[in-house]
Amino acid sequence: MAEQYIYAVARIRSRELTLLNEAVISQLAAASSEEECLRLLNEKNWGNPELPSEEMFREEEKKTWDFIRELLPRQMEIFDVFRLEKDYHNLKAAVKESCIDGDHPGIFEEGGSISPKVIERAVAESDYDALPEAMREVAREAKETLLQTRDGQLCDVLIDRAALEAIRSAGEKSGVKLLSDYGELTCATGNIKTAVRAARTGKSRQFLEKALAPCRTLDVAELADAAAQGIDAVVAYLDHTEYADAIDELKTSVASFERWCDDRMIRTIQPQIHNPFGIDPIAAYIIARDIEIKTVRIILAAKRNGLPEEMLRERVREMYV
Amino acid sequence: MSIGLVFALAGAALAAATSGMGSAYGVGVAGQAAAGACTDNPDLFSKTLILQLLPGTQGIYGLLIAFICLSQIGIMGGNANTAMPLGTGLLYFAACIPVMIVEPISAMHQGRTSVACISMVSKKEETFGKSMIFPAMVETYAILALLISILAIFGVSALA
Repeated sequence: MAEQYIYAVARIRSRELTLLNEAVISQLAAASSEEECLRLLNEKNWGNPELPSEEMFREEEKKTWDFIRELLPRQMEIFDVFRLEKDYHNLKAAVKESCIDGDHPGIFEEGGSISPKVIERAVAESDYDALPEAMREVAREAKETLLQTRDGQLCDVLIDRAALEAIRSAGEKSGVKLLSDYGELTCATGNIKTAVRAARTGKSRQFLEKALAPCRTLDVAELADAAAQGIDAVVAYLDHTEYADAIDELKTSVASFERWCDDRMIRTIQPQIHNPFGIDPIAAYIIARDIEIKTVRIILAAKRNGLPEEMLRERVREMYV
Repeated sequence: MSIGLVFALAGAALAAATSGMGSAYGVGVAGQAAAGACTDNPDLFSKTLILQLLPGTQGIYGLLIAFICLSQIGIMGGNANTAMPLGTGLLYFAACIPVMIVEPISAMHQGRTSVACISMVSKKEETFGKSMIFPAMVETYAILALLISILAIFGVSALA
């Protein structure tokens, strides 16, 4: 039924013209200050010079989702795979808020598939039935763990793993290859990042079992064994997987690896730029916008902190257009 | 009423029906793409309209064959050969087959090609000239089928 998305894909094609291309990103990277970047972005209809940059990013994310909702108002659930990360971030915030006294404004993020208020109330009142089924058990476990152990990191690990599982599962359930690949790549790279951090900080095998989410392209038990032995064992294990290309980046820094993940995602979605049928080009546009916003965020942060242009260019992602 | 005339009429009717269905699909999908392209850039209306109309020709070819066939068997002139032999009726039916099969398939493919070309034009308006060529190539086979059906129908008429 690829025909049902023809109108939507044609509109996406027009919108792709407004995406920031490599030339604009280079211009931003070469700008002398954050103010100059904001001026350049404003010329591209990004944000408003009056607003703080964080507000601009929220506005840009909202623009993307308002557009997608306008195109496919009755099929938004298929894109939950992109919104689950925010839901689980909000769950983390709600669990911590419920265990710490006082008011904590601004800890929740809009744009998830469930209202942050629903998550906040469900966790505060321990009424987990108000949450989606996949989230109930982890919400209960994370809250109990935090109350009993006061170990915020363990609570984060439990929720992060559940988030990866949910994203992967939502991708597979969508029946859309691109979304399935997105879910798998997000889950696998999340596992790799956790394994590397655990290896560097000397975490136990038991911790890794809790932290790593099962996925198709990695043997999680082997990865956990390797991470318990150290970073060299992780690298040796990854050398036999489809993530062998990322080894150099992993050795450099987590930031380099994150850039590799985004670049790989861009290469995965690239063929969709010529595909006029199906839901894949719409999903590709959402991913492209997400990476675009992430890249602009990195550039602005670098300008604000006076990072040299060469270092900044190492962090800048490939663009979809 | 002879069974031969029934077959001849069925050939004409199916030629018009299947070609029309194919064109409706092709024009429909291309129309959706055109509407999408025009929503953000209304200046593309005339260009996308031309691309949308290209798959409509197969419906016209089907109609043409139906007209020719109906006039040859006398249904349109009011002097139908009610005693048409079965063999002649089947020959008319066979003569309509190229249009009956090729037109709907080519219209659907041309529609999808038009969709792709509308995407191309909405990205780069200056590619309109080139974008016309791709769906037009599909037309070749629709015209070949039309030609064969016309020759066959007149050939059968000469035999009868």
